[in-house]
Amino acid sequence: MAYSDKVLDHYENPRNVGTFDNEDTSVGTGMVGAPACGDVMRLQIKVSDAGVIEDARFKTYGCGSAIASSSLLTEWVKGKTLDEAQQIKNSEIAEELALPPVKVHCSVLAEDAIKAAIKDYAEKRPK
Amino acid sequence: MRDGCPTVAVFFDMLDFSKNYFELFGLPVSYIVDANALSDRYRDLQRIVHPDRFANATDQERRLSVQGAALINEALETLKDPIARGSYLLTLHGVEMDAQNESTQDMGFLMQQMELREQLEEVRRQDDPYEAVLDISNRVNKQITSLVGQMAVQFETPTDDQLAAAREILRKMRFLQKLRSEAEMVAAELEDELS
Repeated sequence: MAYSDKVLDHYENPRNVGTFDNEDTSVGTGMVGAPACGDVMRLQIKVSDAGVIEDARFKTYGCGSAIASSSLLTEWVKGKTLDEAQQIKNSEIAEELALPPVKVHCSVLAEDAIKAAIKDYAEKRPK
Repeated sequence: MRDGCPTVAVFFDMLDFSKNYFELFGLPVSYIVDANALSDRYRDLQRIVHPDRFANATDQERRLSVQGAALINEALETLKDPIARGSYLLTLHGVEMDAQNESTQDMGFLMQQMELREQLEEVRRQDDPYEAVLDISNRVNKQITSLVGQMAVQFETPTDDQLAAAREILRKMRFLQKLRSEAEMVAAELEDELS
């Protein structure tokens, strides 16, 4: 199956690969897995006191589409508020990357990952 | 009756398409499967549908024998594989998994899967990469064995809770199976380089 140019670009030059210290209270970590293909994705956000995502990192073990989905997402969330990031839909990722129907679940995984990261951040913050 | 060709009645009895795979193989409906009994029974069934026996058969009988052979193979593949067998058992108990979309929410497990994949990625930087891959494979195999054991328990007298637990075990097994095949690929690459 042919990957789109955008998927290949993110696959060959993934943006924001890496980790933040999970002990840092300004960091939210989302861990998700796709059982169908056995993919595992970790997405981390660094959030300012004002609730703006200042930086993001990811590490994905999976196919090109899963890597591209998470790479693209880290670019998109930077500078967004948590609320804005929460609104990102997997369909937008799939559309941007021109994912074929069989790979749409990779974009779902990325959406799940950012939601999990935001939730983790919220739970870590002192109430 | 033609020599060596089972009558349709006998054939239907042996290969009743309404039987579940366990019944087809004459095995108890259980997660624990006797591998020897499975392969013995497979050979018996294969003999019944062997094309040689249908050389002089009618078109309908031949068609049935081909369908029978396909059914037997599908049943064997399902009963042999720990994940396929688990999913099939769940189906028999009325639970349909959505393998494409449902995932484990167990953060600790996913974290560990991430770490194992990171280690696998790093093996080439180890003093003895081959040993390092084997170590990962062994750990993954141990985890799979342990999950197989846990799964067997869930299916002994399955309540709804136990079926739910079996479902979660299956979700985890898929990650481990993927990791195992990746570790095997790395091991094969290393072997090629060494030879």
